[in-house]
Amino acid sequence: MKFRALIQANLFRKKVRLLLTLGSFAVALFLFAFLAVVRDAFNRSGGIAAANRLATINRVSIIQPLPLSYGDKIARIPGVQRVTHDNWFGGVYQDERNFFPQFVIDPANQREVFPELVVPDDQWNAFLKDRQGAVAGASTAKRFGWKIGDRIPIKTTIWGGGAWEFNIDGIYHGQRKADDETQFWFQWDYFEERVPDRLKGQTGWYTVKLDSPDDAVRVAKAIDAEFANSPYETKTDTESAFAEGWVKQSGNIEFLILTIGSIVFFTLLLVTGNTMAISVRERTGELAILKAIGFKDSSVLILVLVEALAIAMFGGILGLALSELAIPVLGAAMSGMLPNLILSKSILAAGLGFALLVGATSGLLPGIGAMRLRVVEAFRRI
Amino acid sequence: MAIPVVYNLRSVKARWTSAIVAILGIAGTVGVFVAMLSLARGFRATLVSSGSYDNAIVMRAGATSEMMSGITLDSVKILQDEPGVARLNGDPLVTSEVVVVAAFPLRSTGTDANVQIRGVSPSVLTVRRNVRIIEGRMFRPGLSELVVGRYATNSYSGLTVGNQVRFGGGLWTIVGIFDAGGSAFDSEGWCDGRVLDDVYKRPNNIFQSATVHLSSPDALQAFKDAVSKDPRLDVDVSREIDYYAKQSELMTRLITRLGGLVAAVMGIGAIIGALNTMYSAVAERGREIAVMRALGFGAAAVVFSFLIEALLISFVGGAIGCVAVLPLNGFTTATMNWQTFSHMAFAFKITPGLLVAGIVFALGMGVAGGLPPAIHAALRSISAALRSL
Amino acid sequence: MVSVNTNGNSSALIQVRGLDKTYWRGGEKIDVLQGLNLDVDKGDFVGFMGPSGSGKTTLLNLLGGLDVPTSGAISVAGDEITHMSRGKLTEWRARHVGFVFQMYNLVPVLTAYQNVELPLLLTRLSRSARREHVEAALAIVGLRDRSHHFPRQLSGGQEQRVAIARAIVSDPTFLLCDEPTGDLDRKSADEIMALIEELVSKHNKTVLMVTHDPLVAARAHTVLHLEKGVLVEASKPRENAMAGGGA
Repeated sequence: MKFRALIQANLFRKKVRLLLTLGSFAVALFLFAFLAVVRDAFNRSGGIAAANRLATINRVSIIQPLPLSYGDKIARIPGVQRVTHDNWFGGVYQDERNFFPQFVIDPANQREVFPELVVPDDQWNAFLKDRQGAVAGASTAKRFGWKIGDRIPIKTTIWGGGAWEFNIDGIYHGQRKADDETQFWFQWDYFEERVPDRLKGQTGWYTVKLDSPDDAVRVAKAIDAEFANSPYETKTDTESAFAEGWVKQSGNIEFLILTIGSIVFFTLLLVTGNTMAISVRERTGELAILKAIGFKDSSVLILVLVEALAIAMFGGILGLALSELAIPVLGAAMSGMLPNLILSKSILAAGLGFALLVGATSGLLPGIGAMRLRVVEAFRRI
Repeated sequence: MAIPVVYNLRSVKARWTSAIVAILGIAGTVGVFVAMLSLARGFRATLVSSGSYDNAIVMRAGATSEMMSGITLDSVKILQDEPGVARLNGDPLVTSEVVVVAAFPLRSTGTDANVQIRGVSPSVLTVRRNVRIIEGRMFRPGLSELVVGRYATNSYSGLTVGNQVRFGGGLWTIVGIFDAGGSAFDSEGWCDGRVLDDVYKRPNNIFQSATVHLSSPDALQAFKDAVSKDPRLDVDVSREIDYYAKQSELMTRLITRLGGLVAAVMGIGAIIGALNTMYSAVAERGREIAVMRALGFGAAAVVFSFLIEALLISFVGGAIGCVAVLPLNGFTTATMNWQTFSHMAFAFKITPGLLVAGIVFALGMGVAGGLPPAIHAALRSISAALRSL
Repeated sequence: MVSVNTNGNSSALIQVRGLDKTYWRGGEKIDVLQGLNLDVDKGDFVGFMGPSGSGKTTLLNLLGGLDVPTSGAISVAGDEITHMSRGKLTEWRARHVGFVFQMYNLVPVLTAYQNVELPLLLTRLSRSARREHVEAALAIVGLRDRSHHFPRQLSGGQEQRVAIARAIVSDPTFLLCDEPTGDLDRKSADEIMALIEELVSKHNKTVLMVTHDPLVAARAHTVLHLEKGVLVEASKPRENAMAGGGA
């Protein structure tokens, strides 16, 4: 469009200032993306949990075991499609800092209950045949450079102690981006074989796959009723309820993030607003000339707004692009303490919208000032 | 010959809107910096203060936390007689302990959170000297009675003296509240270890840890040596305070890294804001500077002058940032301690050192934001500046 | 024909009747213009002189539609502009007036070509049509070869020439010049005045010029003095200059 030359010329008038303001936007948007991603990660646990799965734990405490015999009883309850049991192994691989979740799984039911965690058939079959076999999640395998065939030693102090060794027979991938690819699975039989007698015959929890999500409440109640008044009472809830409870215990992360986000927003607004104001103030003479020539008041306002929006957009895109590159790296730096950090499309869209909002707002006041500028007064002022 | 500082003060006053922008940018960054680091500090302090310098904690060899450890009653008996163990009226000051996790509803959200319940020896208060009962009384041995820490009673509903709660399959009466000096224990509930074992159907002769009160802090080494040489024992000994410091590592690291990143990014933004402010200051005052140079003030004087201005602005910004977050000091919040799976309350801990660090950070941003424009101002040729109207 | 004592309608291009303008300055009421009359025909070249503060620039601003009078009427080519809304006035200005100011004429970040093109951006002309007009205007002021230079690369005189090119590029009804040579040295001032004279004689432009310089005023065909809020005709301008009259 024909006013492009004027707008472009004005933007590049002071290159250093342009770069600095672009930089401001880039920084703010980068921070926004990072905070949004972290907030998402904490909130997401509720989202990806399956609607058709229940988790059954010991009512007394999550760290107390349940008898293995419960499995069959749960399977017989109407509405239950499949049941699997798991134990938390909690061992140490080389160094305490190399934390990743290790589960003792029930291979017969694992894939049916957790279909979103995919293992190629040939790898799974090899695993089934190998008593000391293990399947690792793609991101943990990548983190330690494991390949199929590697022998992995893990030390434990809980289950009778000692060093256990496993063969990596398979690597699983999650179907969705948000799925957890950090888990390490190994055979129940091997586990049962090695633990001391007093710890045999127990499991940490059960995961129940329902015929239909609508049965969730009814089946949960039925399971808990089945074992009420027994020495090991159960507490059954949907996976998402569980995850949410976990997140709620992590404290007010969301509040913290919102606070920081607001501080960033206002600071950015200040910086860019000030920059725009200064740049308009410098051009009072020219703007007066433009109006004298016959440029409409509204045109001048639009001129200023377009400049502000252009800076906002380019700075914002720069910041978001940087975050695309940096966030995977940062996720790794948190050494697996946070769930997957995913830069979703909605975050990107929100970020851009936020940038444009700041741009428009920061350009508004100076723009209105320019619009209202009376040529006559402007010349008198100079 | 230096340019008088009053020039800088008046100039800042004349362009106060720009100055305020830079000040607020720096204040915000410093505030976030101090707040996040004090969060990490607070978390760590809470855990560390749980340990005493003159206590030693004994766990199974190789165990990284209490929950993963197990020691037998026999081992505890052997420990009691090792050198270095303090005694009171001939009795060794040792508490053998078991920790479990039980769910209670939070007052704030109504949903359940995991509380760490510690089964202790009835003599525990002689070993943990910084814990005292502030309401009610200590539990009586052999009864299912519970005393709760002051954070626990404030955070959860129903944990008040006289109340009865059900957990572990048993009914417990709360008989007292204790103050553990702001340490992790304040988020716990304590009861008789033997009773806990019974209720949780645990074998009566296995504990998770034993904490020993040393006769003196230096006695640790003697105690450790004796224990490691004893062939009947397969345990690790650490100073209690070190153990808890290690426990806090994971979470502290997470908060520090997250906070550090946020502060770093905000810092860059603040520097950019300061640069913008200072560059426009230089631009608007181009003629004044040229005149001063023509009068005889050297380039160094000009650089110095602008730098002083930038430092002034950033100091004010840093001070405002620090003052703004001071009210947070002591403000309690809570999160999940990933190493024990329990909910733990802790407080923001703002130390003078942290405040100083905040101011230094602010001044650093001021220099970064003030130096390039200052040099630019000094290097511009005088005639060029005078010519540009 | 220029006249300052007219009443009623005439066939003049620019007609001013009973123009009043009052200011408030620091609590004090200042009547700058009091019942000013003026007729200007097409092709006239008028110079306005008067002591500083007499209201010359105010008059120019009113004639150019940059300000509105306290009372009175101004009509240009049949259009009565004193009651036009701001929006309409802006449009009218774009079509009918070419401005040349003492300084800040040019946008420093645009080239000479782009500066001259500015008024045409307000029209619907195509890019090639605009190019024709711009090059014609630059040719008239003799700066075709500098069209891609920035103002900072031009001398003061050259800048004003570009400003003049911009003032004529959309072929406005008349030109308003406020101290066009005020910032220039004698030689450049002469060049600019020669150019303006050429615009009037060769291209039949109508020019109204404010100046405090009697030598510059002498180049105009008629010189009017602003005294006590009205215009007064001077005697033959050349005689005036010789006699050293005028501020």
